Amino acid sequence: MGVAIAIVRMKDLLAVVMLLGIYSLLSASFFVAMDAVDVAFTEAAVGAGISTLLMLVAITMTGRTEHPTRHKPLLALAVVIVTGSLLIYGTLDMPYFGSAEAPIHQHVAPRYINDSMQEIGVPNIVTSVLASYRAFDTFGEVVVIFTAGMGVLALLSVVRRPRDNEKIDSYNKSMHEQHLILRIVTKMMIPFILLFAFYVQFHGDFGPGGGFQAGVIFASAILLYAMLFGMNTARRVINQSLIQLLAATGVLLYGSIGVVSLLNGKEFFDYSVLSADPVAGQHLGILLIELGVGITVASVMVIIFFNFADRRDYSASKENKDL
Amino acid sequence: MDTLVQISSSVLLLIGSFLCISGGVGILRFPDFYTRMHAVGVTETLATSMILVGLILHNPDFLVDVKLVIILLMTLFISPTASHALANAAIHNDLATEKNQKSDNANNDEVKPSNP
Amino acid sequence: MLIAATLAILVVMIMATIRAVMGPTLYDRVLAVNMFGTKTVLLISLLGFVMGRPEFLDIAIVYALINFISVIGVLRYSGHFTLKQTEDQEK
Repeated sequence: MGVAIAIVRMKDLLAVVMLLGIYSLLSASFFVAMDAVDVAFTEAAVGAGISTLLMLVAITMTGRTEHPTRHKPLLALAVVIVTGSLLIYGTLDMPYFGSAEAPIHQHVAPRYINDSMQEIGVPNIVTSVLASYRAFDTFGEVVVIFTAGMGVLALLSVVRRPRDNEKIDSYNKSMHEQHLILRIVTKMMIPFILLFAFYVQFHGDFGPGGGFQAGVIFASAILLYAMLFGMNTARRVINQSLIQLLAATGVLLYGSIGVVSLLNGKEFFDYSVLSADPVAGQHLGILLIELGVGITVASVMVIIFFNFADRRDYSASKENKDL
Repeated sequence: MDTLVQISSSVLLLIGSFLCISGGVGILRFPDFYTRMHAVGVTETLATSMILVGLILHNPDFLVDVKLVIILLMTLFISPTASHALANAAIHNDLATEKNQKSDNANNDEVKPSNP
Repeated sequence: MLIAATLAILVVMIMATIRAVMGPTLYDRVLAVNMFGTKTVLLISLLGFVMGRPEFLDIAIVYALINFISVIGVLRYSGHFTLKQTEDQEK
């Protein structure tokens, strides 16, 4: 809570971003202490990694300190205090954390825990709930991520002028001399990060992991490359239209599994029709939709970062500042 | 044999925690950024390695040991590189050291004596 | 012994947070966050062993990578990384 108070009171936004990183790590440690492994995984990867990077790029465009507020927000403070105390009063009636008579432990959860192994055969119950019992919900999440990517593309994309190749190469050479050690170490680490992303993706059935976390790790490897080697080189490596196509392909893959189930006479997202044995069908279905989720999440993160960084270069070059 | 492994694992964990705490005390009490970075950069890598080796000895399962070795190798690569990057950025932006408070160039050869 | 190590690392994490809030320059704060990150890696590994669930090691690996990438990101985008170099180039 001390970290949260410091975040609100500080005016220097760069320091705030750093403190937000610490806050997200603390949350991940709490989740680990509460034995919730998948949630901790996602919180660590997204909150401390991608969010920090995106906020940094946004700050470089908006300026480093916060504008001083011109009026004291007393009315807002009163509303917040009243709402907060009403909410706390409301929770006094709820059953204690983890008590066995709480309604969530009575109806749905025991059924999932008891039947998941026979119906789906996947050891990680979180994955089986996310990907099979509540697949429609997860579909909504993937579509939301895709829409966010579309929003960023619609609002922030900038038509690139073809840049001078010589200028790019000389800039790269100067950066190379300054950051030699970093570049070499990064070149060695990036293949392992990508490999680890694939491991997390496909191991999501047995341990913590799955599509979301794998997509975020994959995207952060690409962002690391883009940060150290310059945006222009990264653009030459990763083609923009390919990434946009991949983002759409992920969502399409996910949706088409549902449609295939419909066409075979069962409900939307019922995977047992995908193969002769229903349990094998569930495995195949979970594999394919996690793949779709991973592809979309990775592409959308890369799109968002590239467009933010593009905007920054564009506005910097308009004022004739350096990159 | 088994008790020897357990004892050495405990000793390594103990030494690792002690180094960790000394790094923490260093970051709080040293007077200047560069000295703090020295405290953290040196103790952090060594403490992490010792604690991880202690955990490897503590645990006989193969897959878990492989993952611990991976974390160890990654830390050995990443930690010194991050310290280098920080120090490099600080020097290039002429962060003042304790000795020359108004510094135009942090690599001064002549040292201005500060007021006693 | 594992529990003692866990407590020691918690103490160090609190120290790093104090420096992150207090530190007068940006670089102090980046250093504190970096240290906090590596201690979190250790904390998660130790907690995994204390609670008997070694699957936490995957989280520790991810966290080590993310820490590295964040520190590089902050240094790159704090506006200082390339400016000085290109000024020297113009001279």
